[in-house]
Amino acid sequence: MNLTSDNSITWRYAKQQVFFNIVRLAALLISAALGGLLLFIIASGIQAISWDFITLPPRDSMTKGGIMPAIVGTFYLTLGAIAIALPLGVASAIYLSEYARQGTIVRIIRIGVNCLAGVPSVVFGLFGLGFFVVYLKFGSSILSGALTLGILILPTIIGASEEALKAVPQTFREASLALGVSKWGTILRIVLPNALPGILTGSILGIGRAAGETAPIMFTAAAFFTAKLPESIFDEVMALPYHVYVLATAGTHIEETRSIQYGTVLVLVALVLGIDLIAIAIRSAMRKRKKW
Amino acid sequence: MAATRQRKEQAIQMLFFLFAAFSIVLLALILIFLFREGLPIFKTVTPIDFIFGKFWYPTYEPPEYGIWPLIVGSLVVTFIASAIAVPLGVLSAVYISEIAPASIKEILKSVIELIAGIPSVVLGFFGMVILAPWMQETFDLPTGLNIMNASLVLALMAVPTISSISEDALYAVPNEFKEASYALGATKYETIVKVIIPAALSGISTAVILGMARAIGETMVVLMVAGGAAAIPESLFDSVRPMPASIAAEMGEAPFRSGHYHALFATGIVLFFLTLAFNLLADYISNRFKEVGSATL
Repeated sequence: MNLTSDNSITWRYAKQQVFFNIVRLAALLISAALGGLLLFIIASGIQAISWDFITLPPRDSMTKGGIMPAIVGTFYLTLGAIAIALPLGVASAIYLSEYARQGTIVRIIRIGVNCLAGVPSVVFGLFGLGFFVVYLKFGSSILSGALTLGILILPTIIGASEEALKAVPQTFREASLALGVSKWGTILRIVLPNALPGILTGSILGIGRAAGETAPIMFTAAAFFTAKLPESIFDEVMALPYHVYVLATAGTHIEETRSIQYGTVLVLVALVLGIDLIAIAIRSAMRKRKKW
Repeated sequence: MAATRQRKEQAIQMLFFLFAAFSIVLLALILIFLFREGLPIFKTVTPIDFIFGKFWYPTYEPPEYGIWPLIVGSLVVTFIASAIAVPLGVLSAVYISEIAPASIKEILKSVIELIAGIPSVVLGFFGMVILAPWMQETFDLPTGLNIMNASLVLALMAVPTISSISEDALYAVPNEFKEASYALGATKYETIVKVIIPAALSGISTAVILGMARAIGETMVVLMVAGGAAAIPESLFDSVRPMPASIAAEMGEAPFRSGHYHALFATGIVLFFLTLAFNLLADYISNRFKEVGSATL
């Protein structure tokens, strides 16, 4: 046998080594991209951060001062979005996981949820403008923005909740049903409590997503600048992602406000990734503690 | 007694069905309102001229509503972004699922999840303040806001989608396949390339399509770094105006229910159906070739 032929063991392992290194390189590149990005965000944003930056409104045509109204606005929008999406999403997931039998209707609902998940965020923005702002006459407001964001994160919540419900062992349900508890009673007292951590994780990820979205609120809720904090759900608000966008692209003070832009980016990223990390931590704690 | 209970149970089931069906209602509402605000443009321009018209001058007098340059812009950045993101996403999925030690695996999965979590406006900002000046200087360009810049940033956004769905597909390949391959004397590399990846191919294809759908619909990145020129590009360093960018940038200035306003909604319709096609294709592939396992051999 010729040891230098294509089939020699040495040659085959050499190929393997090359392949493994390429694959490692890909993983390394991705990690480096995240690392570099976070490093840049922290390094350039940290000097802008101060107590005043977080607690004061902007002044001097937004070239000085803080970003407090944008933080408050993002908080209201996100809270509204989750208040809308959570009940709807969990109820949909209960139907899909507990009641639905495989068939055409369920198949259609599933395709619908998948398609909804794939709708581009700017199209949600157009829909929010056409439906909530114009047709229902909510105007550009917290209400319109929160409804639009709520629809945007609905598929995320449905997906996560369904997965959490499916992870509850079938034996739990059978034991409850065997004791004479009705199906609804079983879902309410046995299935839902056991699925709660998973549902929670999904909702937190949804919150993170809603807090960081810009395109859906551009035409439905976000204001360039508001002098005072919102007093009702029909008021326009400032929001962190939109604030980054307008400061970086519009107006005559782009260079002057660089440090405010960096600071806002840092606050936004810390907020969103902080929320995501909480979800990841809950999930891994849950995996370790799982009783079944 | 038993009958009342049964009726109550049925009512509850019906209620939950209505909640689940709400997603379909929403999808229908989205379509209805896109059409309501978008279709009036076709009184002034035919659908063919709208889609294939080469000039997008919505504010000129008379205005020209041809979105072909915007469609080309969207497709170009999406394909170049995919060319970068597909190898990175699939290879990282192979690493996570087949090669990495357990500890590194967990870290990498979190890394990918965190990338997915970074708000798009932040990535767009990064492209504007870091990549653009660097590109302009390095390649001596008139502007750093161009196809290449947008594609690089979009690729980073698409990697998490491609990687996590591919990884699920690789993970789902039955262990017997691997064991059989090893038993025949194959190396790990040969097993991965000739057995595991082919067995997971439908899942990987789904991942790629969903990654592309994500890139084509992404707004903030192309709004901030693609440059914004509504012309058909001739080089990778030309600036473009993809559909989402055009909608987001111009909607604020378009007078309410003007031709321009309707044209932007109609652009939204095109974008909606384009991403819908990608998603339905992904759904079809993942269902059509679902049965991986010993039963299918």
